[in-house]
Amino acid sequence: MTDTYSRRWRPAPFLPDTDNRDGSLMFVMATLCFLACLMALALVATNRAVQGWSDQLNSQATVIVRPRANETPDLAAARAAEALAGVPGVTEARALEREKAESLVEPWLGDITDLEDLPIPRLVTVDLDDRNPATSATLAAALKARGIDGIIDDHSIWTRDIARSAAVLRLVCAGVFILITTAAGAIIAFATRAGLLARREVVEVLHLTGAENIYIARLFQVRFARLAAWAGGGGALAAAAIGAALRLAGSGSDLTPTIPVIWSDILAVLPCPLVAALVAAMAARLTAERLISEIT
Amino acid sequence: MARVSDNLFAAEAVLRFDDVSLAYGRNDPTLRRVSFSLKPGSFHFITGASGAGKSSLLKLIYMAVRPTGGRIELFGHDIARISSRDLPLMRRRIGVVFQDFRLLDHMTAFDNAAVPLRITGLRPESYRNDVAELLSWVGMGERMHVLPPTLAGGEKQRLAIARAVVARPEIILADEPTGNLDADMSQRILKLFSQLNRLGTTVLIATHDQGMVERSGMPVLHLENGRLVSQVPGTRP
Ligand SMILES: Nc1ncnc2c1ncn2[C@@H]1O[C@H](COP(=O)(O)OP(=O)(O)O)[C@@H](O)[C@H]1O
Ligand SMILES: [Mg+2]
Repeated sequence: MTDTYSRRWRPAPFLPDTDNRDGSLMFVMATLCFLACLMALALVATNRAVQGWSDQLNSQATVIVRPRANETPDLAAARAAEALAGVPGVTEARALEREKAESLVEPWLGDITDLEDLPIPRLVTVDLDDRNPATSATLAAALKARGIDGIIDDHSIWTRDIARSAAVLRLVCAGVFILITTAAGAIIAFATRAGLLARREVVEVLHLTGAENIYIARLFQVRFARLAAWAGGGGALAAAAIGAALRLAGSGSDLTPTIPVIWSDILAVLPCPLVAALVAAMAARLTAERLISEIT
Repeated sequence: MARVSDNLFAAEAVLRFDDVSLAYGRNDPTLRRVSFSLKPGSFHFITGASGAGKSSLLKLIYMAVRPTGGRIELFGHDIARISSRDLPLMRRRIGVVFQDFRLLDHMTAFDNAAVPLRITGLRPESYRNDVAELLSWVGMGERMHVLPPTLAGGEKQRLAIARAVVARPEIILADEPTGNLDADMSQRILKLFSQLNRLGTTVLIATHDQGMVERSGMPVLHLENGRLVSQVPGTRP
């Protein structure tokens, strides 16, 4: 009987398994991971949406044409469209009909279809070559060459605004992410300290029998890294579920949802278990090493 | 790994105390200018009343406390100058039987005995037969799978000894190893140490059991008020 015991013997964990069933620590870690994953999701989705909007705005310009005294607005717009279409870096230039222009100003001016004579400026939309877009300066030069009076809006005000908002958002996300990570690290450091003091007899026996401090620290490192990986998995799953719900809710209508999540955005939660494990491992290792050299 | 290696035969002493003093905090010194040396393969008792400083002297050797004065040389090295890297390697050359055993209660007797081998990073397959053999040798063959809290006093003692010697240390320090044991069990434990000593291990046992010391006829270091008052030569060298 003893023979089989020793032949089958596998080393028991130095830190008892019962210590690992720390539900509250698991819950706190999983919650932090969940929040971090939501941040990541929001950031990825927003970044992608911002990129889309900017691309769209950058690939278009709008020209407001003011007709000269001796020509109709429609004619002026047509001439402008013709002039702009020939500029290198422009793929297409279209004069908007009066109705289109009216519908664009309707939100501000109301229904103005009866006011035939109101000099509504005509708009020319210019589609730019994505790879080599014409600058607003070249567009202006082309108009001037034909003697057309027009104001060019290359949407740079909008793209700059969007870029600024996106940058602020990224900064906020990064800040919150760092905060969450630090909080997770601090909680693990706290748990390591408590775990180590609770198992002081193990630490002392290992130390006095000649275990290296790193060997002892690694016990705690592995234990908390494992716990954090599980918590990270749980948090990531929950965040992925929220992402999926947003995606399903958003696809139903033509309206842009608040956060336009697409399926691939949800992949952003994948690194969570690994990152959580790394953060926990580092926090546990540093805390354990310092504490071990203090108490031994 | 930098092995702190020495040739025991070249070194004249395994252990040397030179005017070693120890005071805990601001208290009066527990040990005062203690000097002695142990030859490789020797067997000594440390005697003295309770509180005389026996445990403290052993703690100095296994480097759980640092002396407040003097110099301790272990395996030819001044222990004050051992780098923190080499410290664990030095400790592995010392086997300690603690007065309170210090067994890990959540692990079986077998696990406890295997600790010193396990922490060296060896694979379990490479040492589990040795551990089983050693446990049988100390009479724990039938109790390998038992958790320490269910072991009797004598069994705990023998398990603690097994753990102390399993990695074949060059010196064994035992603190009151027969403390709460009956005469019969004390005899058995003492015999164990003699056998290990005959295999070449240096043995140092702290005890206040004067009868056992006299029966063994081994040399004695006697402490009184923190001073080493005599280095009584034994009847056997
Ligand atoms: N950690 C400690 N802190 C303060 N005093 C201690 C400590 N350990 C031992 N002492 C004191 O040192 C003296 C010697 O103790 P000890 O070495 O345990 O003696 P012995 O083992 O001979 O009974 C005692 O007076 C004891 O109170
Ligand atoms: Mg004592």
